[in-house]
Amino acid sequence: MPDDRSIQVSGLVREFKGGIQAVDGIDLSVTGSEIYGFLGPNGAGKSTTVKVLTTLLPPSAGTVTVAGYDVAREGAKVRASIGVALQDVALDPMLTGREHMRLQAGLQGVPRAERATRGDDLLERVGLTDAAERKSSTYSGGMKRRLDLALALLHRPRILFLDEPTTGLDVQSRTALWDEVARLAREEGTTVFLTTQYLEEADVLADRVGIIDRGVIVAEGTPAALKEEVAHPTVEVIPRDPEGCAAIGAALAPFGEPVAERGAGSVAVRLRSGADQLAEIVRALDVANVTVAHLALHEPTLDDVFLAKTGRSLEGAGDGSAEGSPPIEPSRREQAAA
Amino acid sequence: MSALASSNLTGQVGLLAGRAVRHIVRQPAQVVFPIAFPLLLLAVNTSGLDAATDLPGFPTASYLDFALAVPFMQGALFAALNGGQDLARDIEGGFLDRLALTPMSGAALIAGQLGGALFMGVVSALIYLIVGLLIGSGVAAGLGGALVLLALAVTISFAFACLGTFVALRAGSGQAVQGFFPLFFVLLFLSSAFFPRDLIEQDWFREVATYNPVSYLVEGIRSLVITGWDGQALAQAFGIAAVMIAGFLALSAWALRTRLART
Repeated sequence: MPDDRSIQVSGLVREFKGGIQAVDGIDLSVTGSEIYGFLGPNGAGKSTTVKVLTTLLPPSAGTVTVAGYDVAREGAKVRASIGVALQDVALDPMLTGREHMRLQAGLQGVPRAERATRGDDLLERVGLTDAAERKSSTYSGGMKRRLDLALALLHRPRILFLDEPTTGLDVQSRTALWDEVARLAREEGTTVFLTTQYLEEADVLADRVGIIDRGVIVAEGTPAALKEEVAHPTVEVIPRDPEGCAAIGAALAPFGEPVAERGAGSVAVRLRSGADQLAEIVRALDVANVTVAHLALHEPTLDDVFLAKTGRSLEGAGDGSAEGSPPIEPSRREQAAA
Repeated sequence: MSALASSNLTGQVGLLAGRAVRHIVRQPAQVVFPIAFPLLLLAVNTSGLDAATDLPGFPTASYLDFALAVPFMQGALFAALNGGQDLARDIEGGFLDRLALTPMSGAALIAGQLGGALFMGVVSALIYLIVGLLIGSGVAAGLGGALVLLALAVTISFAFACLGTFVALRAGSGQAVQGFFPLFFVLLFLSSAFFPRDLIEQDWFREVATYNPVSYLVEGIRSLVITGWDGQALAQAFGIAAVMIAGFLALSAWALRTRLART
């Protein structure tokens, strides 16, 4: 009996015209009611993977089952089981929020008697009741995202795909969306497959994280386990006198590797072992006779994981920013033609 | 097709056609210009070219009667352009992907899209005919002929909308659809829209107009206005429109399958 809330991917390859391999043999397994964060830089293959998982693109190789159905052979059944909010919010500027809900409800086969109530309930849940009769062209970016999410939830999908749902949102809208996604998984048992390039988003929201780079999954696990496995904390010291940086660098050198990207006037070292070295570090600084203005211990981040796995930092590792980076994910037209 | 599937398809077409009509109604430029421009051109041509009716062999004494068929053709071209641009916007903006993620069938998308063009075709044909009658034209084939004229005009409008749908699905961009518009108008100007074929003196022009299917669409409408019942002209016009509909619907279905790579 297939798990009607799971996603199973084995050896997925998606190749485009010209031999561009956007996804290069990935395996992943997402279980019911889980929030799975799919993290990677621009052009890593996140959106292409989502398009295959949501039936918008056929796989070039490999097997993918979503909600227990094969995406290559049972596309219609997959579509009936999933809700999708794609990276580009696709709304009709001529329709109001309520008209969007009615159109989507009708096309999704929501029973006629439930359509109005269901639509209004969702509009209320995403805070758009007052704007329901306004054309979507008048909505702000955050309102459009919220309407997009409501549309994806209209037919009570068992699995929800969110492709970079908070890109371009302000902090308040982002937090509200995180709360709603967490509630969906916790209270309604919805499985959530979330792609993001924001480290914090994956860290805060996801039960498990898959990190993709150049079409390949380079790490997978819970955020805590990934950070535990790969990275160590970083200690950052700012001397009262900037001239003291050299002395601090020398004092910290025995404890780990210098971190280059910290700000000017500070010295940072990624520790070889854990935070229990802190007392020794303070003693070493005391011996070096440097007056310290600020000392902080930074817990490892998912960026540290990405750095350890790929040799590059996730922030700024997108298309064209790194040597040998892969081509940009093909446009919608190229995908259709492939 | 099962009864359930058929009912779903009907519902989907209804929803998408309703959306297409809302688009037209909410964009005044899509209503006013396609109706006003052909009528304005009719007024200019009628006042400027009336002397052409003095030519021996000209089929009517009223250039208004002769030219009344032209607005119907221009309206059809505008319907093709506007419908095509709307669809292209859906493609460019990603709304087509949203629709593709629902159980919507490809047939429903095309039919719904064409529903809007059909609506515009009916409204504009009625207005052209009423205005034509108000400013002194008539329909030689009588009331029944007027109804057939409306049916033919709507069929022609639908045929060009099918062409616009195909162009939009293939090109996927509003600018590309816009780029086709002058081509449509060249076809109109190189037809017998403004002058009877047998009175065209230039051999090449007469030859092009003879092979241009638009000539026969215009002549079908014109026959009802100035001749009465002309079975051959009507059969040719309806026949060409039907071939266009069948051909461009098939091409549109193919183009949609290519564009929607969904499994």
